[in-house]
Amino acid sequence: MTEGKQSIGGLPAMLEVWEPVIGLEVHVQLATKSKAFSASAVSFGAEPNSLTDPLVLGLPGTLPAFNHAALALALRLGVATSSQIRAKSRFARKHYFYPDLPKGYQISQFDEPLCENGHLDVIIGGGIKRVPLQRIHLEEDAGKTTHVGASSHVDLNRAGVPLVEVVSAPELGSAEEAGEFMRSLHRLVRWLDISEADMEKGQLRCDANVSIRLRGEDRLGTRTELKNINSFRFVEHAIESEIVRQIRILEAGGRITQETRLWDADRGQSLPMRSKEAANDYRYFPDPDLPPLVVDGATMGGVLRTLPELPSTRFDRYQRAHGISAGDARTLVSERALADYFDAAVAVHPGDRSGRTIANWVLTELLGALHASGTPIARSPIPPATLSALIVLVENGTISGKIGKEIFEESYRTGEGPAMIVERRGLQQISDTATLWEIINRVVAASPKQAEAYTVGGKDGLFGFFVGQVMKETQGRANPVITSDLLHKRLGR
Amino acid sequence: MPALTRKEVEEIALLARLHLEPEELARMQHDLGAILENAAALAAVDTTDVPAMTHAVPMDLRMRLDVVEPSLTVDAALGGAPQREGDLIVVPSSIAPPGRVGTEPAS
Amino acid sequence: MSTVSSGGPPGAVSPAFWSVADIAQRIAAGEITATQILETMLARIEAIDGELGAFLAVDVAGARAAAAEVDRRRAANAPLGPLAGVPIALKDVLVTRGLATTAASKILQGWIPPYDAHVVEQLRAAGAVVLGKLNCDEFAMGSSTENSAYRVTRNPWDPARVPGGSSGGSSAAVAAGLCAAALGTDTGGSIRQPAAFCGCVGMKPTYGRISRWGVVAFASSLDQVGPLTRSVADAALVLQTIAGFDPRDSTSLDAPVPRFTDALTGEVAGLRIGLPQEYFEAMDDDVRAAVAQTAAALVERGAELVELSLPHTKLALPAYYLVAPAEASSNLARYDGVRYGLRAPAPELLEMYARTRGAGFGPEVKRRIMLGTYALRSGYYDAYYKKAQQVRTLIKRDFDRAFRYCDVLLTPTTPTAAFRFGAKATPVDMYQADVFTLSCNLAGLPGISVPCGLTGDGLPLGAQLLGRPLDEATLLRAGAVIEAAVGLGERRPSGIGGIA
Repeated sequence: MTEGKQSIGGLPAMLEVWEPVIGLEVHVQLATKSKAFSASAVSFGAEPNSLTDPLVLGLPGTLPAFNHAALALALRLGVATSSQIRAKSRFARKHYFYPDLPKGYQISQFDEPLCENGHLDVIIGGGIKRVPLQRIHLEEDAGKTTHVGASSHVDLNRAGVPLVEVVSAPELGSAEEAGEFMRSLHRLVRWLDISEADMEKGQLRCDANVSIRLRGEDRLGTRTELKNINSFRFVEHAIESEIVRQIRILEAGGRITQETRLWDADRGQSLPMRSKEAANDYRYFPDPDLPPLVVDGATMGGVLRTLPELPSTRFDRYQRAHGISAGDARTLVSERALADYFDAAVAVHPGDRSGRTIANWVLTELLGALHASGTPIARSPIPPATLSALIVLVENGTISGKIGKEIFEESYRTGEGPAMIVERRGLQQISDTATLWEIINRVVAASPKQAEAYTVGGKDGLFGFFVGQVMKETQGRANPVITSDLLHKRLGR
Repeated sequence: MPALTRKEVEEIALLARLHLEPEELARMQHDLGAILENAAALAAVDTTDVPAMTHAVPMDLRMRLDVVEPSLTVDAALGGAPQREGDLIVVPSSIAPPGRVGTEPAS
Repeated sequence: MSTVSSGGPPGAVSPAFWSVADIAQRIAAGEITATQILETMLARIEAIDGELGAFLAVDVAGARAAAAEVDRRRAANAPLGPLAGVPIALKDVLVTRGLATTAASKILQGWIPPYDAHVVEQLRAAGAVVLGKLNCDEFAMGSSTENSAYRVTRNPWDPARVPGGSSGGSSAAVAAGLCAAALGTDTGGSIRQPAAFCGCVGMKPTYGRISRWGVVAFASSLDQVGPLTRSVADAALVLQTIAGFDPRDSTSLDAPVPRFTDALTGEVAGLRIGLPQEYFEAMDDDVRAAVAQTAAALVERGAELVELSLPHTKLALPAYYLVAPAEASSNLARYDGVRYGLRAPAPELLEMYARTRGAGFGPEVKRRIMLGTYALRSGYYDAYYKKAQQVRTLIKRDFDRAFRYCDVLLTPTTPTAAFRFGAKATPVDMYQADVFTLSCNLAGLPGISVPCGLTGDGLPLGAQLLGRPLDEATLLRAGAVIEAAVGLGERRPSGIGGIA
């Protein structure tokens, strides 16, 4: 039985009756240079088993020594999510046997995690949904195991890389919300320079806990855990698929088995993980090799001082202060460098009413050009001040908007300043009424039939013809507003 | 404290990944029972508000700077591995769905 | 019945029994070469160790190279380290680069480490010559060295008796003059008890004093490395060489290491010596008499005795036998046949794990792993492991209170002298051998065992001193006085041929 596209059709009806309850556990690899508890490098794509040391290998006699940078990055996330930061948190050992877990236990946090009770502001629809976070804690990553026939191959390069685990409250109500949660978290950790968070490199991984209940019901249903979700697309698809699967079972009078299921992207369905082991007991206890982790005033001070304005805050501010639409605001905060660019342009721009105009230029002309040339915003050939100057030329009537776009394109390509281009090519807008009146007279006189058809014959579309003729005469430099005004006068309507 | 049942001993042996022969299991049942009786002495002690001692001399975690040091060569790392193929360690597969890449098995 | 003989005329003591300080001094003075000392030791090991059974591996080539290097430096007048040329052997739970390290277990058979333990680095930097690896109970779990998977070590005073454990190879080798000093580890008494059984000095420093980097872990919150030597002065010298902060061990104390040899003033006037009544209940008469004599000797030299109580003493054994196995079950989870050591053939992973660990671990290790796994299970954690950790705090508080009234505590090290092989019929019987030594590990305090006489049968006895955190100096000071007053003097074991 496939649970792919076919099921989606009936979903809206099902969701009137059934409420999905979703919680996410997201693992984020921290962008440190060395590993969490030893000094081997953190690096993607290296030759297998070339990033190990005695501790990573779990050799007898080895001991962990914690990387301060991992704490600093985790704290940044904790503060940005308004979490309660534990002044004294503890590392705990989480025991299970697997070939890519060298010590037979993972160093994690259990009873006393670093952060609790924060929230993630998820940009969804036109606004923000504040999703509570149960906890954020530090832990180390395991290596990678791949199955080849009757054997497994183990690469320990990833073992020991520092992670934070972000656990949401089970308060996401749809696959879409879950997908947006992931996108917001992805954006936030990149925004804060905590992680590259490339899902393809396994730097951001997500497990979903999914259950359903009848709408209005308080009690939670039995939940299943979904694993192996490797992209944003899969997050929504896998969760939606699971919701449908559970609804169908319950509607047919069955019961949900509490189990872990692996998402199979190729088949578009999840399969239960079968295992010989009894339900695992992780036997958590405080790691005796690691004294309590203390966050002192100096460390917190440093984190607070260097925390940038958050995406959700800017999302709000752009709408409120600049009247930018939600959709545009969301695009502006998709990347910190882009939002910073916008803020810089606004900062140098005269007056304070041009936010929307600047946003339009950034989102259409600039992003379009950057995308076409494959350039990241940080390396934009047109810096914020230059864009602002160009916009000023349009706003004060020196050039028309249309000419402005041409100048943008040329400046982007050649690096020549907009004002210089205007000067050199003589592109100043013609706004002088007398000059324009003279041109308009000539143009109208040259096309008497069309003039009559417009003025007397009611053919409104011919107005554009005359505008076009004026533009042709003036190489596009005629001020469009004044031209239109004068044309209406000349043509009588 | 009652002695451990054979089933309990088997469960613990599974958790600990220890293969025990039947006579080992029987002896273990007895030995563990005896030791746990010893441990029952603790139950009677009042430990209200007594913190758990994890380190003899109280200390906070010292942290190291984020500096990379050279790793072991692949050969040095895998030199002791009972089975390897190129630069990968080889083990028999567990009974789990194929193509799985992840952090842990069934929880 | 063991036999005892005294050494030959003064000045004619064999180099095998020279002190650490003596050897270092004579080599530095050019009176003898490191190579000569080494060859003496190697010859003795060859002659004696077949029967004694102390060594698991003798690194002839490595030791010769190290000795030759010391001699080269001496000849070139280059500076020599404080232990230059001193032959030292290491309990086989100390990781040695390029030299097999087994922890006396089959599961590590053939494992050649790519790195040195911190203490080994320190010894090598001081110029010591590492002779080889010494037998012990498997993974340091035991009190007699009978749990070694490889060989039997005999007590040099009486070959029908155990040398103690878990550092039995260390104590036997030191007592028999097969090395100038040895390193052991002590988790519940595993240095002090074998030292007492073999008539040598054994010290466990304050927890955190010596780095555990490169120490095969048994119980992380209890393990400490320490010296076994034939004199207190030697213990001081070795201790100050290997102690000190190591950033690789997050539990390593960043405290200055005093020159412990300076502590050996011979003065105990005014020293307050606590006698905890709970440690004087059940013991052999010989032991009681020896400790009484020790106390008297100290009083004669100006010390004061203070009777006091450590009320939670009886809880030490049950607390220890929950904490230690729990941590051990965790520390031994890495022995799984995947990356190093033994691997049992099996077609499937879980079976591979179970058969590897089933075949690779001995019965005592398996017992402790099972017990520890049980104690950590959710549902049991609070009542067992966490409870035991709370009881540790109560035990520590007893000591804190006691040290308001005294400077050191004096107790017997063990309730009996060395017992015969197979004498401890059940695991619980064996655990009782540690009853006086356990509390010290639970509280993280320093402790030393010093020989204080012989039984009627000629078996050595040890007196134990326990001190305040970081106060090894006082233990060494008082220990040296005990040694001078009631120690074994020049008496050597002769239960094994060729020793004396």
